[in-house]
Amino acid sequence: MRLILTTALILVLAAVVGLGTTWMTSTRGTDLGTLTIGAWTARPRSGTTEINPYARAVIIRSGELPIGTGDGIAFIANTDDSKRPLDGRCDIKVDGITPPARFWTLTLYDAKGRLVANTLQRYGFTSEEIVRNADGSFAIRIASRARAGNWLPTGGIERYQLVLRLYDTPVGIATRTQRDAPMPAITTVGCP
Amino acid sequence: MIRFLLTVLAGLLLGGVVHLVSVLALPYISSQDAYSRLARITPINAVTALPPADPDHAPIPFLDPAFANAICRYDLSSGPIKLAVPVSQAYTSVSFYTNNDIAYYAINDRSAGRKVIELDLMTEAQHAAVPEDEEITAADRLIVDSPTATGLIVLKALAADPGLMAQAQASLAAATCKVQGDAPAKPSDRPQARR
Repeated sequence: MRLILTTALILVLAAVVGLGTTWMTSTRGTDLGTLTIGAWTARPRSGTTEINPYARAVIIRSGELPIGTGDGIAFIANTDDSKRPLDGRCDIKVDGITPPARFWTLTLYDAKGRLVANTLQRYGFTSEEIVRNADGSFAIRIASRARAGNWLPTGGIERYQLVLRLYDTPVGIATRTQRDAPMPAITTVGCP
Repeated sequence: MIRFLLTVLAGLLLGGVVHLVSVLALPYISSQDAYSRLARITPINAVTALPPADPDHAPIPFLDPAFANAICRYDLSSGPIKLAVPVSQAYTSVSFYTNNDIAYYAINDRSAGRKVIELDLMTEAQHAAVPEDEEITAADRLIVDSPTATGLIVLKALAADPGLMAQAQASLAAATCKVQGDAPAKPSDRPQARR
């Protein structure tokens, strides 16, 4: 009787611990092989055959296709520069310059990677359509209500993420710091 | 007490094994990964345009809405694939994925350096069977080795602003993805004469 109980405990514990950690790592991801610049995180090796098993698990679970290295690289931000989660009810500013790339796009997704419905049908900006300052920098306002300039609507959802994709860019596996890849700053300007 | 601690320790160790095995097995058992999702809506060895990403239905998450996308789901078991993608105005790229969603190769219009991105996709065994002299005469042809017999080719064309989306879709609609005859057995049969 005691042996059965012990075995059962071991098996239950193993299942809970094993599957629990797998679920955690494949949902949240790990820091293995990430490149973090400010609030932005990329996984340069995810677009190659050298992708690590944890990054693979994340991709398989979400159902996305990673961007291939010969195509470009994707930077994701879930928080602003002071680590505060991006909130669709707040007024958030993304400003600065982007690393060298032939084209870039900035897109707003919900937590599961879906686009967020809005009346303008604006889900992001491309490098061609953005309105820039005289020095080439730009500022995007992300808020639920209309703003002047480059306004990206949030639909008022609670949590969202921004994906900045650089296409045809030297940024990649060899990139380490902000100096190689100057990413735009993300600031929460105010919350209602 | 010691016995209980040992039991817990054994449970944790076994849990570690379960964790490693499940992480490594995930790509092979998932039915919600991108390949499985796209396999339900795309025929084999043909170019299928994906509907533009919108909030209500997207075939896979995290698609870039600024792009027109098309998929060629390939199966190399009946021979190598010949792919031709006309380059659109802004930016065009072709990415290759295995049937486990590993991105093994990607090329864009600039690195292809032509008005049409043309390449041959084959397994390593098929590549090895290509007669060597032919490979030299066709040196301007790009050959890509697929690690698996099946997989996905994703064709993307950028619409730099929403008004250019129709144009981007039209340029992808002209793309082709076909099994090239009974190659690579007889070099003379290959439809390579153009260009």
